[in-house]
Amino acid sequence: MKVAITSTGNSHKSLIDPRFGRCAYFVIYDTETKVIAFIPNKARDAEEGAGPQALQQVASHEVKKIVSGEFGMKIKPLLDSLKIQMIVVKDPDKRIMDIMEMLDH
Amino acid sequence: MSPRSKRLRKVINPPLIKGFKPYGPEAVKEKKEAVNLHFEEYEALRLCDYDKYNHHEASGIMGVSRPTFTRIYSSARQKIALAFVEGRQIAIEGGKVYFDSDWYHCTSCKCFFNNPEKDQKVENCPLCGSNSVAEAESEAEVSTAEMKADECADFCVCPQCGYEQPHRHGKPCSHQVCPTCNEHLKRKSSPNSQQFRHREGKKH
Repeated sequence: MKVAITSTGNSHKSLIDPRFGRCAYFVIYDTETKVIAFIPNKARDAEEGAGPQALQQVASHEVKKIVSGEFGMKIKPLLDSLKIQMIVVKDPDKRIMDIMEMLDH
Repeated sequence: MSPRSKRLRKVINPPLIKGFKPYGPEAVKEKKEAVNLHFEEYEALRLCDYDKYNHHEASGIMGVSRPTFTRIYSSARQKIALAFVEGRQIAIEGGKVYFDSDWYHCTSCKCFFNNPEKDQKVENCPLCGSNSVAEAESEAEVSTAEMKADECADFCVCPQCGYEQPHRHGKPCSHQVCPTCNEHLKRKSSPNSQQFRHREGKKH
């Protein structure tokens, strides 16, 4: 199963980004094959509607869960209809590697 | 000029079925166009007539104003009446809605998550896998709680013994009965007099 995590940088030591639409990178993590892919968020500097644009990039990877600090108003109904699970982590000091470890449980 | 765009209506439980079909010899004879009942109309009907919320509470749950809710509800009734009288099918589809899911909270890793698969029960946290999950208080519940606080601003009073109970919107005082002397209650300060006083206060 693939999980998307919002990240502030492109290494596994980067901190989790508290925003979904305007995060710097998305980490696509496959929990079965343990493959990690970093994709830069093209919608980062969008004037408006960064959330839906960012979601298009993530949804093309067929993720089932998204881990982020916050999800915007426009994105919640979209994710609900796509049946993607939202996981909100309120702790901004979490690193990508911590999240991946927790996902492996 | 284009009309004002509609607000998204929150639907908590989508209907289990896609619609209704009439039966009987007349229904088979001629095929008539189906009546299209929107999701928000179905939800309004469910909240009002099945869960027995009043319009004020139900409008808060759906995230629209009370007058808008009443309009959605009356449209739902008219459509159902049309289908019943003319023997038409009812198709439940469309409408400006979004489906809200339940939110949960994991106490071991302090994360929040939702449950997109409504049929499956949530037992483990999707992040850390622990089973210490609890249902998080949804925004709708918070807003109804706030509304309840507003409702306590006025009281229903018994004219005989002076018994008081907090007034609730949509529940007329005259329908409430005093538990001690079986007398119909009255509003402590009637809304008209309150408005009048408010206006007078503004003048000075």
